[in-house]
Amino acid sequence: MKALSHTRQALSRRQFLTAAGGITFVITASSLVPRSLFGESPDQPVSGEDKSINAWVHISPDGKITIYNPAAEMGQGSMTALPVLVAEEMDADWSMVQIEYSPIEPSVYGAGGRRGGGRMMTVGSWAVSGYFDNLRHAGAQVRYVLLANAAEKWEVPVESLTTEPGVVVHEASGKRMTYGEIASFARIPDEIPEIPMEKMKSPDRFRLIGKVMPRYDIPAKTDGSAQFAMDVVLPDMVYGVIARAPVNGARPELLNEQDLRKMPGVVDVVLLEYGVGIVTESIETAFSAQNKIQINWTGSPKAEGHNSEADLETYPGLLDRREGRFNRIAENGDAEDGLNTAARTYTFDYRNDYVYHAQMEPLNAVVALSPDGQSADVWAGTQAPDGARSAAARALGLDRSRVNFHPCYLGGGFGRRSMSDYVEEAAILAKAVKKPLKLIWTREDDVQYGAFRPMSLQRMQAGVDQSGNLTAWKHQIVGTGGGLLASGAENPYYTIPNLRIEVLNVDHGVRTKHWRAVGHGPNKYAIEAFIDEIALGEGRDPYAFRRELMKNSPRALKVLDKVAKMSDWDARPREGRARGMAFAERSGSLAGGVCEISVDRESGQIRVHHFWVAIDGGTIVQPDNARAQTEGCIVMGLSSVLTERITFVDGKVQQSNFNDYEILRIADAPESIEVEFIPSTEDPAGLGEAGLPVVGGAVANAFRALTGKRLLHMPFTPDRVLEVLNG
Amino acid sequence: MKITFKLNGKTVQVEAPSDASLLWTLRERLELTGTKFGCGAALCGACTVHLDGIPTRACITPLSMVSRRSVTTIEGLSEDQSHPLQKAWVEAQVPQCGYCQSGQIMQAAALLENTKNPSREQIVAYMNGVICRCGTYTRIIKAIEMAAKER
Repeated sequence: MKALSHTRQALSRRQFLTAAGGITFVITASSLVPRSLFGESPDQPVSGEDKSINAWVHISPDGKITIYNPAAEMGQGSMTALPVLVAEEMDADWSMVQIEYSPIEPSVYGAGGRRGGGRMMTVGSWAVSGYFDNLRHAGAQVRYVLLANAAEKWEVPVESLTTEPGVVVHEASGKRMTYGEIASFARIPDEIPEIPMEKMKSPDRFRLIGKVMPRYDIPAKTDGSAQFAMDVVLPDMVYGVIARAPVNGARPELLNEQDLRKMPGVVDVVLLEYGVGIVTESIETAFSAQNKIQINWTGSPKAEGHNSEADLETYPGLLDRREGRFNRIAENGDAEDGLNTAARTYTFDYRNDYVYHAQMEPLNAVVALSPDGQSADVWAGTQAPDGARSAAARALGLDRSRVNFHPCYLGGGFGRRSMSDYVEEAAILAKAVKKPLKLIWTREDDVQYGAFRPMSLQRMQAGVDQSGNLTAWKHQIVGTGGGLLASGAENPYYTIPNLRIEVLNVDHGVRTKHWRAVGHGPNKYAIEAFIDEIALGEGRDPYAFRRELMKNSPRALKVLDKVAKMSDWDARPREGRARGMAFAERSGSLAGGVCEISVDRESGQIRVHHFWVAIDGGTIVQPDNARAQTEGCIVMGLSSVLTERITFVDGKVQQSNFNDYEILRIADAPESIEVEFIPSTEDPAGLGEAGLPVVGGAVANAFRALTGKRLLHMPFTPDRVLEVLNG
Repeated sequence: MKITFKLNGKTVQVEAPSDASLLWTLRERLELTGTKFGCGAALCGACTVHLDGIPTRACITPLSMVSRRSVTTIEGLSEDQSHPLQKAWVEAQVPQCGYCQSGQIMQAAALLENTKNPSREQIVAYMNGVICRCGTYTRIIKAIEMAAKER
């Protein structure tokens, strides 16, 4: 099964509607008055300016069902999971379903509640949870319309009808009619009632939700036909590359414009505020011209003074002197008093370096301005199609309604593709040359002009009473990256009577950005490593100690108990190995993780042999994909915990490609990753990131158990491990 | 320059600048875009193709080097996704974002050509040059084992 949008020959959505016939469900959200698209110009309602339209399903007379997917597909699988929600409630035959990207119209296709209309961004693991009510309800309304039409045709009460996948059935007479047959004559009634919750399917009747089924996008990802923006090739297309400021904020003074212009194959040289663009006839020329650009960088940008290793070491002093504006993000009881009156106290500083997204498809976009310059086509893989379209429109000087946006598969997103800088750049260059243009970031561009997960330091302080109960907790975060720093610092699943969490933002002038699980990576590492520290200090088993903290959180306890059982926590691992445990919540999901490691004491290499993860993610819509996401979280998490590290010297990123920014390879992946989900009928939570935050803590705790030594600085590179072992 | 070579079993002739690389010729001039650009420096393996049967990083291979030789890309691995690895890739639901998977499959295909029943250690050693950021490694190993069994 292949969607039209998989291939370059994809019809535009408008063409598709014109060609396909059948019915599209266009339901106005305000009054729930539906209109049929059948026989009408498809131009007007679906992608126009009408703000009150909701259109998710098209049924052709031949029985084919098209479901419109509003989310970016970057590997997380929601392109399948979201249509499953619609198909489940409409009782569609999944083998007849094809999936198309929805138009970019947030008021119609945005997430949020039953009516939707919120943001159209694929971030924060929100796709399934954000669309759960909305899409199930839309599916239930489609089913209602099909039933009503069959009832009218057969002149029987609608209550006497039921559905099987793709078929309406009248049991009393044995009559059956397929959805396609109904589509050939169906009228959409004037009013489609809101379907009450109790009329929606109960979980025991789910045919698709919670069942292991293949992802829709996977076949096209085994033969090279899946289309990424990088793969768009247009007639007469030219290529753009940009030399960007090596220090964020520096301004370019181009020294050799005439020489560049004289190079064979160079079409244009375009000056930007933060760089110099070159447009060429071939990619090879673009790359060689990029290397020949001579720029004098001017200005005194803030980032110029940034030396990350040295600056990180100023953070403890900022805390000691309480210098700067602290942003309190949680307060409970009196943490200071709690620490002062504690029987014993613990204090540790945990550090982490910047990390880079390293999505496998370097940033790129294709922009083609129409010959009259009054409209444009844009191809991009983006987590924020609405923002990307607006950015392109602004750069082109067009109204966004004049920009025809073609969402493509994303070769990884991880937060980087929620920015629209690369789309804007492509538009600027395309406008300059008035030719179809593909903008490509080289890997070096992608690394050096990255937007990174912030460097930070976490100062953890805790107090316990005479019996070893945790009574006071103070968590201070210092770093560069503002709001990114606080994510995951709170843990409402541990009961601690006196608690304070505060953040101190230090602006180094560099670019930071959400990176899979955001601050949860560094924060949960610090919290969970520190919890083990306290437990061991009090002579307690880390598992038992956590259980006690979770005494008021039955859901968390269940997750922890599950992973303890999966990993056989009480059993002794074999000689030379040890285990570590961690717990974290992310996007509403709870995760318990245990890993088993060994350490090569010669090289300092940590080897993670096994990882066990238990997750309560509410209703699991796509179990095998949820498992795959968790496996991916563990591997990507390990990569960030063991090797990944961006450093700045005088504001310049020191790394450039996978030789000096190494990411985890297959030889270093765990031999096994076991994942189990807690059975649940609660609404779904997010699963794209849930497994990642436990990794740092679990590895650090296993290392502590194995060696008695502490890993206080992520990533745990071999040189740092050796230093700790020999220190 | 004009270069003639065998591409997925058919002889092709391509006109390209003298500095043309195999990768960008495949992708932009011949529009076989299944072979991916990931690093441009033979570090990630996303551009892996077979050159006379040997897994080769197309990004650092000058087009002039393939003159009169035989290149196989992911598009030429099978007509209809029927290569045992492609079937196993679907069965094991390996890809996530999918961008590296052409390279993974081409590298794995070369492995199975030479080693009928590779051990886990052999698989890991052979596949180590191809990076997957989404972290599909455990499924890649499983799929290669499945495909080896089917063959």
